[in-house]
Amino acid sequence: MTDYLLHLADTTLILSQRNSEWCGHGPILEQDIAITNISLDLLGQSRNFYQYAAELISQKNGNTVTEDSLAYLRDPSEFKNVLLAELPRGDWANTILRQYLFSEFQFILFEQLKNHSDTQIAAIAAKGIKETTYHIRWSKEWVIRLGDGTAESHDRIKAALSTLWAYTDELFIPAEYEVNLGIDFDIMKKIWLEKVIAVFEEATLSIPENIVMQTGGKNGLHTSELKLILTEMQQLQRTYPGAEW
Amino acid sequence: MVNNNTISKEKIWEILGTVTDPEVPVLTILDLGIVRDVVVTNETVEVVITPTYTGCPAMDMISMNIRIALAEHKINNVKITSVLSPAWTTDWMSEAGKQKLKTYGIAAPNKNFEIPEDGVECPLCNSINTRLISQFGSTACKALYQCNDCKEPFDYFKCH
Repeated sequence: MTDYLLHLADTTLILSQRNSEWCGHGPILEQDIAITNISLDLLGQSRNFYQYAAELISQKNGNTVTEDSLAYLRDPSEFKNVLLAELPRGDWANTILRQYLFSEFQFILFEQLKNHSDTQIAAIAAKGIKETTYHIRWSKEWVIRLGDGTAESHDRIKAALSTLWAYTDELFIPAEYEVNLGIDFDIMKKIWLEKVIAVFEEATLSIPENIVMQTGGKNGLHTSELKLILTEMQQLQRTYPGAEW
Repeated sequence: MVNNNTISKEKIWEILGTVTDPEVPVLTILDLGIVRDVVVTNETVEVVITPTYTGCPAMDMISMNIRIALAEHKINNVKITSVLSPAWTTDWMSEAGKQKLKTYGIAAPNKNFEIPEDGVECPLCNSINTRLISQFGSTACKALYQCNDCKEPFDYFKCH
């Protein structure tokens, strides 16, 4: 269970960190605020998962693990986030599309988790799903706007799709720690594909063909990007252990 | 140190009614509906709160402000517990709170606009001829609108 919690926490933390790179750099002020608000929601979700994981680990091992030590003091190979989350932010189209693909997935996942037998996981999911609803609505509108927009916006989101699609399978391939949790990955993939394809049609986009799917993040096998994110994110705690605001 | 035997639950609720939201200072935490329970025992006063938005940075500050408010009444053995379930909803916001929001210039959450697009009432001129600028506003709980009549931009406290 703790591995699964860390997987959920790591994915939302790393995606939050990626989106927060837009802070002060968004295309216009309102959209800068939107993407950083989403970043904040993801960070909140990740804190909930880390706090719960820390509680379980501390109970089991009798040591004091905290949400901060889990986020700031683990090495890249210990992170269990999906690869999709750690990819560079790219241009606006790439950031938008990644958020959309992830949010649709997260909504379906939380729909399942909110009925989970573990009441704390269920509570976190039931809380998070309200926020995810906004994330989907916002990112979906942008995917359609860019796809069915100008020649340039279409080309950009099409390019983003050909890059990101290779990282979507991993969302639905259970890691060992996900096998006995009562999550139906096949159903999730079916629902997700239906939703995504409907939006792509409206956005005049199509799923790229002959893509070799990439996996590994859930088991700690990451791209070199993760190391760079963590170097930046963990620098303060690594340099000044125990520093507090 | 005051013996908690002498502190009534009602008194605690009364003190909590003076603690305001750091982001929307016209609202008290009772207006927001985030205090779920108060438990007074011989040793401690436990205040059970629930976060509005998962990532709302105001929650840490609210916890601190609760401690400060109670400490001012010499109540120091305070335990603040955060619960996630049932998830907070804007339905728990008091009517008084909604009125205070409007006076403050923020359109109150309105269940009729579950998908807030059109018809959110301008808190300044009461026109419903308004438009959504952005689903995300200056804080996690707000969306940005503009009134087509008086032209004022304003915040809408999102239904949640």
